[in-house]
Amino acid sequence: MLSSKHILGMDDLTSDDIARVLETAESFAEVNQRRIKKLPTLRGLTVVNLFLEPSTRTRTSFEIAAKRLSADGINFTASASATVKGESLRDTAATLSAMNCDLVIIRHKYAGAPRILSEMMDCSIVNGGDGIHEHPTQALLDLYTMKGALGHLEGLRVGIVGDIAHSRVAGSLVPALRKVGATPVVIAPPTLLPSRPDVLGAEVAWDLDEQLPSLDVAYMLRVQMERSDGGMPFPSLREYARFYGMNARRLAAMKPEAIVMHPGPMNRGVEISADVADGDRSLVLTQVESGVAVRMAVMYLLLGGADSGVAA
Amino acid sequence: MALLLRGGRVVDPLVGLDAVCDVLIRDGLIVEVGVGLTLPKGEEVDCAGMVVLPGLVDAHTHLREPGREDEETIASGTRAAAAGGFTAVCAMANTEPVADEGAAVRFLLEKAETEGAVRLHVIGAVTVKQEGRVLAEIGDMASEGAVAFSDDGHGVAEAGTVRLAMDYIKRFRLPIISHCEDTTLAGKGVVNEGVVSTRLGLPGWPSAAEEVQVARDIRLAELTGCRLHLAHLSTAGSVALVRDAKARGLAVTCEVTPHHLFLSEDDITDQYDTNMKMNPPLRTREDAAALLAGLIDGTVDCIATDHAPHAAHEKALEFELAPFGTTGLETALGLVATRVVTAGVADWPEVATWMAHGPRLALGLPEVRIEAGSVADLTIVDPSQEWAVSSKEFVSRSRNSAFLGAKLTGRARDVLIGGYFALQDGKVVV
Amino acid sequence: MGGMAKALVLDSVAIDRALTRIAHELLESNKGAEGLAIAGIVTRGAVLATRLAERIRTIEGTEVPVGTLDISFYRDDVATRLNPEVHRTDLPFDPDGKCVVLVDDVLFTGRTIRAAMDALMDYGRPACVRLAVLVDRGHRELPIRADYVGKNVPTSSRERVMVRLVETDGEDTVVILGEDGEDC
Repeated sequence: MLSSKHILGMDDLTSDDIARVLETAESFAEVNQRRIKKLPTLRGLTVVNLFLEPSTRTRTSFEIAAKRLSADGINFTASASATVKGESLRDTAATLSAMNCDLVIIRHKYAGAPRILSEMMDCSIVNGGDGIHEHPTQALLDLYTMKGALGHLEGLRVGIVGDIAHSRVAGSLVPALRKVGATPVVIAPPTLLPSRPDVLGAEVAWDLDEQLPSLDVAYMLRVQMERSDGGMPFPSLREYARFYGMNARRLAAMKPEAIVMHPGPMNRGVEISADVADGDRSLVLTQVESGVAVRMAVMYLLLGGADSGVAA
Repeated sequence: MALLLRGGRVVDPLVGLDAVCDVLIRDGLIVEVGVGLTLPKGEEVDCAGMVVLPGLVDAHTHLREPGREDEETIASGTRAAAAGGFTAVCAMANTEPVADEGAAVRFLLEKAETEGAVRLHVIGAVTVKQEGRVLAEIGDMASEGAVAFSDDGHGVAEAGTVRLAMDYIKRFRLPIISHCEDTTLAGKGVVNEGVVSTRLGLPGWPSAAEEVQVARDIRLAELTGCRLHLAHLSTAGSVALVRDAKARGLAVTCEVTPHHLFLSEDDITDQYDTNMKMNPPLRTREDAAALLAGLIDGTVDCIATDHAPHAAHEKALEFELAPFGTTGLETALGLVATRVVTAGVADWPEVATWMAHGPRLALGLPEVRIEAGSVADLTIVDPSQEWAVSSKEFVSRSRNSAFLGAKLTGRARDVLIGGYFALQDGKVVV
Repeated sequence: MGGMAKALVLDSVAIDRALTRIAHELLESNKGAEGLAIAGIVTRGAVLATRLAERIRTIEGTEVPVGTLDISFYRDDVATRLNPEVHRTDLPFDPDGKCVVLVDDVLFTGRTIRAAMDALMDYGRPACVRLAVLVDRGHRELPIRADYVGKNVPTSSRERVMVRLVETDGEDTVVILGEDGEDC
């Protein structure tokens, strides 16, 4: 049970909620190791993956999570442009509402879209990424991964490196880290920082090399050139990699136990070198694996009844 | 036809009048202003407790006709104007098709003649289809009665084009109205760049996108000698630029909107209310305070609504997809009465300056004075009427007000245009 | 705990005796400890399972593998009731071919045991499954019965049976609570 009916952004979750999601996810992680990875828990409930922007990874992760919990998962995909020309998001929401689903996961190109659904529908809504705003389940799975690798979250210093301005991952990860007592540091050239990074509540740095020795986690963001309007925000990929790319030399400058993360998909050789990406201090695949367990936990906790009765 | 307005507080700073007295109107003109006037034959209107102002003018209105009659028409928009206390509105050219030739101006004026509830002034386009490339037939439109020229709604014009337009418009002794938006800086911005864009993950639109064009157009006005009116200024920096231009004696005027005065980016919350999506975007509280200070010190000439009606289904889209703008004709006076007069920031003579004389002077419209011989375009305000902005009560065809739910004190009771009621006892009668 | 204790059903000595007897019965019917595994249902069933394994070691001198089963994800009422705490299932043995003894504190409707059997089956295919409970209070809603019972306690369906164990609650008692008492 969580304190909010929806997860539209990290603001909907208290630190207790986060702790509960992570604990519950541990149980599901165990399930995911079994031969039979399917549970009857959410039998008869309908989970809709409303993906209005292409996404294979997140959608698949939610889809597997729903299936492993025996929920009926429905994929509803459409290009965002179709919703502009024809059916509006509100129309889509009304349609889904009439079909009586229990949970909708929405991925959309535009910020605030999950809020529109929550106004239109009675069921729970999970933000699967809205524009450049938030991606809360990614932040939860990242916390889960960090905790699993480092044993604790409180006091960790996490450098988030790259396109902060256009990253919904950073949009959720920064507040998530603050809620669990970790220190987020956003590291990017000013062209990739939001205009008021102080509002995020993160420390701000321009120089990655200066930060490396103090970091417990280097979280590398994907370079998203397609999102930047009006010219590339840096001169070349080569120059970006030179100043902000994770590589063996930079990894060596970090604490011996420090880890490297990336939400994927990776641009090998740009924000992360291939040897680091595939090395033993990279948790990229652990993140993907954690994603299923964390999303199972989110679904279980959102769809579990309102009554906190003790087991009979 | 004679009318005696009895016992109102009659306010007209242009003639130095602020006193409880009577106004006698005959055949559309004010014939006498004084105490204890009598009217042997005709209608007497009790104005005790009311404020009588020169008719209010909105210098910046989008009427949507032709093209989007589902959102507003000349009939509905001018009736909304009457309901809001205005005796005249100035229609912007960004209709479908764009008002970029004489015939379009004539169409609007003729239509307003038969269907309009208040006076209509037409603002023509500067460039063909407002595309910022080829000059529109400015002289043709001026001959048909256009009062000013603007590509409002578009910020695409390059400096060279604006300079050419100013040089040409100057020949007709009319003003150019600049919509200041450097699109290369505004980009895909939908909210002020800063706290709100960062917090809500929405593309930001920096103040500088406006200010660089304000600075540029002031400089071009200086170069060409064309009269320049700056539409809907939203930033403290813009006001400072105009203050400086006026100090240098340039023929520059400007307007601010009620939403930029009385709202700020803080009003855009995680509810993503698209009625708060404006062009230019709502700025900071400090910017709003600077706009008000600009009005008070005379830097800002007038309050204009930028009344922008939009269909409900379009405003119901995602924030980034919804159109910009709020309606304003029916809320502007109430907001000013509440947030400025009742709040004690300024008094009714200032309101007359900002909402009646300011727009007329800026756009060179015929003067209205509360003295013998002037045309009887008057707004009678009930300064103590309490009301709430409700989507159910709009006269406008659209409901997209950023002030829904606001509780206001002060509302137009009557509007007289050439001595005839357009609004009487709060009801539109035309 | 809100309710008034109505009656003491088992004290610590009686609980002790019951477990010892169950251990003997188990060994007798299984003909020794060979192939036996014990799975306790969280929380108090797991405690009892550990004690039962100890008893068997004392009697037979054999280590029987013990695990815990959390049945939160197998309940048939997830949509209306949610376990506030999910514990980890930990079965340190492969159930395939074993005789697995499910252990719980109270047998009531049978729904918990149904869920526990489903959970167990997801880990493998035991040769047989047996059920041991400390208290059987009746009122079954499913065709399930216990193979080993500490004590049969007739109750009204509105009464509550509360099991307290040293490991979790600081004392060993089983009491019946009045109708306003909390369920355990």
